[in-house]
Amino acid sequence: MNVVVCVKQIPDPAAPQALDPETRTLVRQGKLILDDSDAYGVEMGLQLADQAGGDVVTLVSMAPNGETSGLRTALAMGADKAILVSDDAIKGSDALSTAKVLAKAIERAEPDLIIAATESTDGYTGTFPVQLAELLGLPSITFAKKVAVGDGKVVVDRQTEAGYDEVECPLPAVVTVTAGVVEPRYPSFKGIMAAKSKPLEQLTVADLGLDASQVGPVGSRQEVTDVTAADERAAGEIVEDEGDGFEYVIRFLEQLKLV
Amino acid sequence: MSIEKIWVLAEVADGAPTSTTLELLTQARSMSPTVAAVTWGTETPSVAGTLGDFGAASVYDVGDLDGALPGAPVAGAIAALIGSGDRPDVILIPASYDGRDIAGRLSVKIDSPVITNVVGLTVDGDEVRSQHGLFGGAQVATARFTGERPWIFVVRAKSFTAESAGGAAATVTAAPAPDLGASNAAKVKARHVEERTGPKLDEAEVVVSGGRGLGAAENYAMIDELAKLLHGAAGASRAIVDAGWVPYSHQVGQTGKTVKPTLYIACGISGATQHLVGMKGSKNIIAINKDRDAPIFSVADLGIVGDVHKVVPKLIEALKARG
Ligand SMILES: Cc1cc2nc3c(=O)[nH]c(=O)nc-3n(C[C@H](O)[C@H](O)[C@H](O)COP(=O)(O)OP(=O)(O)OC[C@H]3O[C@@H](n4cnc5c(N)ncnc54)[C@H](O)[C@@H]3O)c2cc1C
Ligand SMILES: Nc1ncnc2c1ncn2[C@@H]1O[C@H](COP(=O)(O)O)[C@@H](O)[C@H]1O
Repeated sequence: MNVVVCVKQIPDPAAPQALDPETRTLVRQGKLILDDSDAYGVEMGLQLADQAGGDVVTLVSMAPNGETSGLRTALAMGADKAILVSDDAIKGSDALSTAKVLAKAIERAEPDLIIAATESTDGYTGTFPVQLAELLGLPSITFAKKVAVGDGKVVVDRQTEAGYDEVECPLPAVVTVTAGVVEPRYPSFKGIMAAKSKPLEQLTVADLGLDASQVGPVGSRQEVTDVTAADERAAGEIVEDEGDGFEYVIRFLEQLKLV
Repeated sequence: MSIEKIWVLAEVADGAPTSTTLELLTQARSMSPTVAAVTWGTETPSVAGTLGDFGAASVYDVGDLDGALPGAPVAGAIAALIGSGDRPDVILIPASYDGRDIAGRLSVKIDSPVITNVVGLTVDGDEVRSQHGLFGGAQVATARFTGERPWIFVVRAKSFTAESAGGAAATVTAAPAPDLGASNAAKVKARHVEERTGPKLDEAEVVVSGGRGLGAAENYAMIDELAKLLHGAAGASRAIVDAGWVPYSHQVGQTGKTVKPTLYIACGISGATQHLVGMKGSKNIIAINKDRDAPIFSVADLGIVGDVHKVVPKLIEALKARG
């Protein structure tokens, strides 16, 4: 079985974030890291591959400036190979343009199962994986909290408003996983060393037979027109608990007539 | 070209349109003279009254999906309507599980991008501007489409207030999905509904939420107890949902529920941006956290710098003593 895992490489969310004054989108410069949301997808892909045996886990990512550090992290976790699409033309691409690009790249890996995260940490549109499925003509099951593969189909516990649904579909298919589905492994030293020599194919938009006008700001057909500070909440009262903290809460509840 | 026609994706749960559906219909009728709803399932005739009441003159009914996940068939039906020449200017979709699936599929079918995480919408002449919270809501970005209509917006819950317009029941038009082949192959085999007592998390007057600061799963019992004493609902940060302490239906935030109760009490929650977006709109916020620098205090009306294991049990005792 060929498993493809989509991994987004993003600026470290722990670092201060900034907006580009020109485009008013997040600055994606400097070193990028593996989106934590995708660490779950990588782990899920590896576990499903281990169970079936003889499977290939291919990572697919689109990122500016030939950025590979996030991919190397996922390769160090155990993925077999990676495809990176990087091109000046893709800067400022929205979810739909990104899906158009990665659909072409993923077709090359002849996938049986494509895994992505339900939403990324920096973009959180949550639409990319379904757009990808539609472009590839495949079924999709989003918000998976449990995934099993066998008999040419995938069976998923999908989160719902009220609990979860058991959903099933034939392979090939796209599945999006939520955080917490599995416990992502830490790359071992051996894994990190091995990752350095694993195949990493780099492609441009032209390599994929796409036109530059389908991606980037032109393809995205949307723009941020301005960014302003939100109304701030008036500063509250902060008190140290000296054993009487609960009394402040009671008084607050009384004021609101909740007790 | 002004905004003449808006379609709202209407989701139905427990026999009634969801609150986000009614919020979107209310907003749509303030933006456009013609509003229609698109829905699916077997209950359309019985919800047409409410949909009309909130502003939909008509409703397109995709009908029974025969167990299929809604993403592919509902998007297929909408794309077929558009293909037949019935073009809305704007399509509003709730930011729900199925809403996002439908938006994604539809965007490919009609080759139109999607703007997601919308928390506000305004009509500006021939344009629609959408508002978005950035950095946990500290900043507001305004966005717009630059291409052809229809424009697809995916809107977060509680971005607008639902108000009845007193309209007549919406007229129902069948709009079945065309044959979609493999993309429509995901089928629901069984549904599992978690037991819930007390008010719904996103409708409760009071929400008491616990986070990793509780230390262990069993300590969540005090969150439940405090919520019950205040006739409220118990919520959670994602950290403890991921850890398996409480079911996902408790999660408040970016990927969970948006709540705007009269009072939100955060216990042992740091206040990450993804948590803040789900509760920052609460009318009053109390935070209990042992770290004075925790970001949750920046949105708190009352902050108690202290140990949840000390403050919360005393609070519960005091509330019980009052009876
Ligand atoms: C794409 C994406 C989506 C996300 N969606 C959500 C979402 O929907 N909802 C959500 O909540 N998070 C979400 N997150 C996760 C979010 O970033 C945080 O990781 C999470 O909210 C942290 O949960 P927490 O506050 O319980 O834990 P922590 O950040 O670990 O905070 C624990 C807090 O408890 C305090 N504490 C410790 N011990 C005590 C004690 N004895 N008494 C009092 N206080 C104590 C600490 O000072 C600390 O502030 C999302 C993240 C991503 C990337
Ligand atoms: N540029 C990208 N490269 C690889 N995977 C991506 C990319 N963008 C989105 N994805 C995948 O799609 C998921 C949802 O992304 P988003 O639509 O940004 O919320 C991500 O968590 C990734 O798994």
